[in-house]
Amino acid sequence: MICDAGTGHIGGDLSCADILATLYFHVLHYTPEHPENPDRDRFVMSKGHCAGALYAVLAEAGFIDADELSTFMAPESRLNGHPSRIKMPGVETSTGPLGHGLPVAVGAAMAAKMENAAWRTFALLGDGELQEGSNWEAAMAAAHFKLDRLTVIVDRNGLQQGAPTETTNTLEPLANKWRAFGWETTETDGHDIDQMMGVFDGLPLKAGHPSCIIARTVKGRGVSFMQNKVEWHHKVPNQDERARAALELERAKTS
Amino acid sequence: MNAELHDCRDAFAAELMRLADENPGIVAICNDSVGSSKLGEFQKRWPERLVNIGIAEQNMVGVAAGLANGGKIPFVCAASCFLTGRALEQIKVDIAYSNANVKLCGMSSGMAYGELGPTHHSIEDFAWTRVISNLTVTAPADRTETTQAVRWAAQYAGPVFLRLSRMGVPDILPPDYGFKPGRAVQLREGTAVTFIANGTLVCRALEAADILEQEGLSCRVLNMSTVRPLDREAVEKAASETHGIVTCEEHSIYGGLGGAVAEAAATSRPCKMRMMGVPGRFAPTGSASWLLDHFGLSPANIAAAGRELIHSR
Ligand SMILES: Cc1ncc(C[n+]2csc(CCOP(=O)(O)OP(=O)(O)O)c2C)c(N)n1
Ligand SMILES: [Mg+2]
Repeated sequence: MICDAGTGHIGGDLSCADILATLYFHVLHYTPEHPENPDRDRFVMSKGHCAGALYAVLAEAGFIDADELSTFMAPESRLNGHPSRIKMPGVETSTGPLGHGLPVAVGAAMAAKMENAAWRTFALLGDGELQEGSNWEAAMAAAHFKLDRLTVIVDRNGLQQGAPTETTNTLEPLANKWRAFGWETTETDGHDIDQMMGVFDGLPLKAGHPSCIIARTVKGRGVSFMQNKVEWHHKVPNQDERARAALELERAKTS
Repeated sequence: MNAELHDCRDAFAAELMRLADENPGIVAICNDSVGSSKLGEFQKRWPERLVNIGIAEQNMVGVAAGLANGGKIPFVCAASCFLTGRALEQIKVDIAYSNANVKLCGMSSGMAYGELGPTHHSIEDFAWTRVISNLTVTAPADRTETTQAVRWAAQYAGPVFLRLSRMGVPDILPPDYGFKPGRAVQLREGTAVTFIANGTLVCRALEAADILEQEGLSCRVLNMSTVRPLDREAVEKAASETHGIVTCEEHSIYGGLGGAVAEAAATSRPCKMRMMGVPGRFAPTGSASWLLDHFGLSPANIAAAGRELIHSR
């Protein structure tokens, strides 16, 4: 998708792919043929620049045809470079500017609480994204309103666009920040699907509190020359790199 | 036009380096945007004068106001969509209302981010910023004007918003061009119609004038880089000396250059106008150049708007 479009965010796509797969194929309740089903679980992709990974999962989940993935970022495509609620089924809110997803997720969880509804709300946030103050305004509100059917997953890959998070604007101690804001918080390996399923099965982590899952991940996961390399935030593989990456990911799948 | 095209961010970064060399008070501040603001060299040379505040635009603009309060001359460098959209109240209150000596540099404005979509298009930034008092808003047309506008901003004691482009543009202005804020520059004399353009659309307006010239219609072309304060005199002259005005901008047709020119014309010398820009709807997916064509911003279309205006008497 990214190679054909000539643009994209491959590093962050690969770091959240296992989280998205776990969510869509183990955790979330949805009906692709009725994407607006009022009882669906809400999933907000706050790190909207990783739309490519989201579209791949939405296709696998049946929201769109897998064939349509080849139109990624092409003229008039529904698969815009950032997810658009008015273009794409299954997208709860348009994202792209960082720090927008959590406030919307808080509002959704609040509405569910007002209705005593059974559905849950999840939001996936980048770690660099947490430098936006809007997240912390929302975090404070979620705990205040005791939104225990709201879960945040932080894609803790340690890198942002141009540098590591810790040399840009330190996030640590990250788990304790969430705890101080009133969130029951746990950490998991964001590439160990069994471990993640176990954590999701235990939600809410604590009754009366929103849950925060810090998923330790590797940006560019699965492709040796991309892993933990800041430039692969939005670099586009050339033909040779594309072939090597496909081979490595294929091998990982079968092993 | 087959001329070589230039990304004005390069001219911006080079001039900022020269200025920083001359004046140790100049600092740069950005939001995880060292690369996209072309600040790599600056960071290498003066690591302690480059503040990467992280992905936090509101804080970035507030901190810039504080740096100015402490005697620095901060150049805030960030994608225009986030700088203006996210931090608008900080721009109004901390910068403009407090008269902080801060230079807001909006990178990759207009449709530059193409297929990344409407969240990243910055086609509202003229409208948002030009209503703010005490803020000079200017969009250079080529690398010469970019260089001169940056130099002017550094020596001017007050708030400035420089709206910079990313899409390649040819050289338009002569090297001895003297940028003056609030002053339109006539690039072509004519009486049939006046094209008033700024930023990346100036070269397209010139091409449109070429097309009409071949049909025997001589057109005036004004480069109106500054939308606040606006050169009202140039608008009035265009309104009285030619048959009308066509504005051209890589911005929404609402509230931008077209709106500013219409306000000036309507309150002094009403004239026929056409506004070329992005229509009032969110863009479909597509690259920047595809979108500009999609929204009718080709030289041929701009010429057609001029022709239609002339014949609409
Ligand atoms: C408000 C805002 N500022 C800046 C950007 C530009 N930007 C896009 S992705 C990115 C880095 C994100 O880092 P992180 O949240 O850690 O995401 P990941 O590592 O998962 O890709 C930046 C700065 C943006 N999209 N939105
Ligand atoms: Mg990250």
